[in-house]
Amino acid sequence: MGGYTSQELTAIFVMQGFSGLSLFCVFLLMALGLAIIFGQMGVINMAHGEFLTLGAYITWMVSKLATETWPWMQDFYFPLAVVLAFAGTFVLGYLVEMLLIRRLYSRPLDTLLATWGLGLILQQIYRSTFGPREVSVVMPDWLMGSWAPTDIIDIPLNGLFVMGITSLMTLLVVILLYRSRWGIKVRATTQNRAMANAAGINTQRVDRFTFALGCGIAGVAGAAFTTIASTGPTTGGLYIVDTFLVVVFGGAASLLGTVVSAFGIAQSQSILEFFLSGSMAKVITLLTVVGILMFRPQGLFASKVRR
Amino acid sequence: MQDSTHSKPAWKRRLLGLALSTGLGFSGMAGAAEVNTTGLAVTDDTVQVGILHSITGTMAISETGSVEAEKLAIEQINAAGGVLGRQIEIIQEDGASDWPTFAEKARKLLVQDNVAAVFGCWTSASRKAVLPVFEKENGMLYYPTFYEGLEQSKNVIYTGQEATQQILAGLDWIAKEKDAKTFYLVGSDYIWPRTSNKIARKHIETVLGGTVVGEEYYPLGNTNFGSLINKIRLKKPDVVYSSIVGGSNVAWWKQLKAAGITADRQTIMTISVTEDEVLGIGGENMEGFYSSMKYFQSLDNENNVEFVKAFKERWGDDSVIGDVTQAAYLGPWLWKAAVEKAGSFDVDAVAAASAEIELTTAPEGYVKVHENHHLWSKLRVGQWQADGQAKVVYESDLIEPNPFPEGYQ
Repeated sequence: MGGYTSQELTAIFVMQGFSGLSLFCVFLLMALGLAIIFGQMGVINMAHGEFLTLGAYITWMVSKLATETWPWMQDFYFPLAVVLAFAGTFVLGYLVEMLLIRRLYSRPLDTLLATWGLGLILQQIYRSTFGPREVSVVMPDWLMGSWAPTDIIDIPLNGLFVMGITSLMTLLVVILLYRSRWGIKVRATTQNRAMANAAGINTQRVDRFTFALGCGIAGVAGAAFTTIASTGPTTGGLYIVDTFLVVVFGGAASLLGTVVSAFGIAQSQSILEFFLSGSMAKVITLLTVVGILMFRPQGLFASKVRR
Repeated sequence: MQDSTHSKPAWKRRLLGLALSTGLGFSGMAGAAEVNTTGLAVTDDTVQVGILHSITGTMAISETGSVEAEKLAIEQINAAGGVLGRQIEIIQEDGASDWPTFAEKARKLLVQDNVAAVFGCWTSASRKAVLPVFEKENGMLYYPTFYEGLEQSKNVIYTGQEATQQILAGLDWIAKEKDAKTFYLVGSDYIWPRTSNKIARKHIETVLGGTVVGEEYYPLGNTNFGSLINKIRLKKPDVVYSSIVGGSNVAWWKQLKAAGITADRQTIMTISVTEDEVLGIGGENMEGFYSSMKYFQSLDNENNVEFVKAFKERWGDDSVIGDVTQAAYLGPWLWKAAVEKAGSFDVDAVAAASAEIELTTAPEGYVKVHENHHLWSKLRVGQWQADGQAKVVYESDLIEPNPFPEGYQ
């Protein structure tokens, strides 16, 4: 890298570091919901991406309402949209668990198919309702542009926003899991379902809440991602492969594993992208993950679970 | 060989005969047998055509506009008396964003429905999938998308631009206008961006005397462009030349804006953003950047004003019209002109008659079919405005289509 001043190189280093961090946050926010569902219930929710899409569409509707009907709301609607996105996907998740997942508990392959089908159905519903074209969420001014601490460093505001939401959601999930009664029940169920049942825990209710919560987090992710990417019927599909990668690599049922794996994949992807090209970076990241999984099929952090 | 009137019930034929013998027939109009010697779905007052696009799946997002344009054109043709006096009937099939499905539906349209022409396909992958079917079953396809070239078929009329038409004049303009010497090429990782950039690189290096300081591809669906943006910042190219498509497109432009890369700091020209895409990206994120296309909705000519009005009346005030949508609209009109020139619906006759057909009513102005079945067309550079429309800042002369450009491969 000849011909650049050290100042320029520092600036690039800072911005590149930030871009890795913001990719990490995207991965983590997406994987969080999937991980708690998979960890607690052993259900792989193939429709996870579509819950994200629902969150994004809810955000879009609120933004449309805000810009067209109540212009005074334009600067403030975003937090409201995030809450509504959570609520909407939470409710849908709750219903799906009740009507579909519950009936397929002992058949993991069938849940895979059922949620895949659900994903396709949801996609087509979005397409029929909102149209096949992508829609654009009108950003409030405080989310647009960049923060420039020096002349040559630009930190994207939307990246900071996603980072904030990710930290908040992760904190919430940690508190719920390790500091609440529900968390105790979840952990008990994860460790030994039959025993938890015998101890008087209504594992069915725990499952339902967990599934709904996982979907709700996907909805929040959808809301957050409207600031950085597209909103269309198949938006969820853009993230889903990376998300599965993160969850599987981190080791199912391990929150810490998910965090570490999201960080590892995001950073290596981002650094490789900088020195190689986008497609090559992806290839190398995938090969590395596959290589590591060959030696550690249970993922980075496997929690000891009695089956 | 099958005469389609023979498939009609006997009483209908007798009635027709009666009408003709009593002088009530359409005087001067050729009977179905005369204009159709190959068993196409043509009767004395109707002709069936196919529309084959993705209504479901990932590509529905792009192909919807084309379906709307083709239907509008067909309705207008019908209202004006049809083709050779026959009303056009549409048989629509869904390619479902899946290439084998496209091939299967194409075969169904040609073999089972015997349609006289098909308007359809969008991606090169879908066109490549149906091409052998059209050549084997001898069908007629009108393909609307700008594409990478390197193809020519008797059975296909390409109503969009091939790569050299879309790329060369735009690069010439931007190099002169911005005094650009260094270019950074970015694209999604599949055949169209790669072929296009190959042509662009050759042109930049040999004709414009510039240098390509970076060429990069990202997987389709990639949503994180942070590293790429940092690299661009480091290399400081005079022009970034982009062919990123689909959902990635939105992420790319939003993140550019968020990273503080605005039009006054960096010149970017793209060959993959039309009004349709801007709808999803948001005009505020595209403001000031350039697109190199043959058509923009804002074109100020009589044909276009009328077309935009009719389109909005038919499909709603919110609808926007992009380059491909306009190209799709040309399909039925070019087919009608070719059929009427040939005086026959037969595919061989239509294909042979297609060369040299002119359309002075095209919204893009004037087009002419080349004997290689591509269109002569102009290239325009549009600069995007916050409202999602482009201001045309440059317009070339008519450019000859050259799908197999020598020295560029």
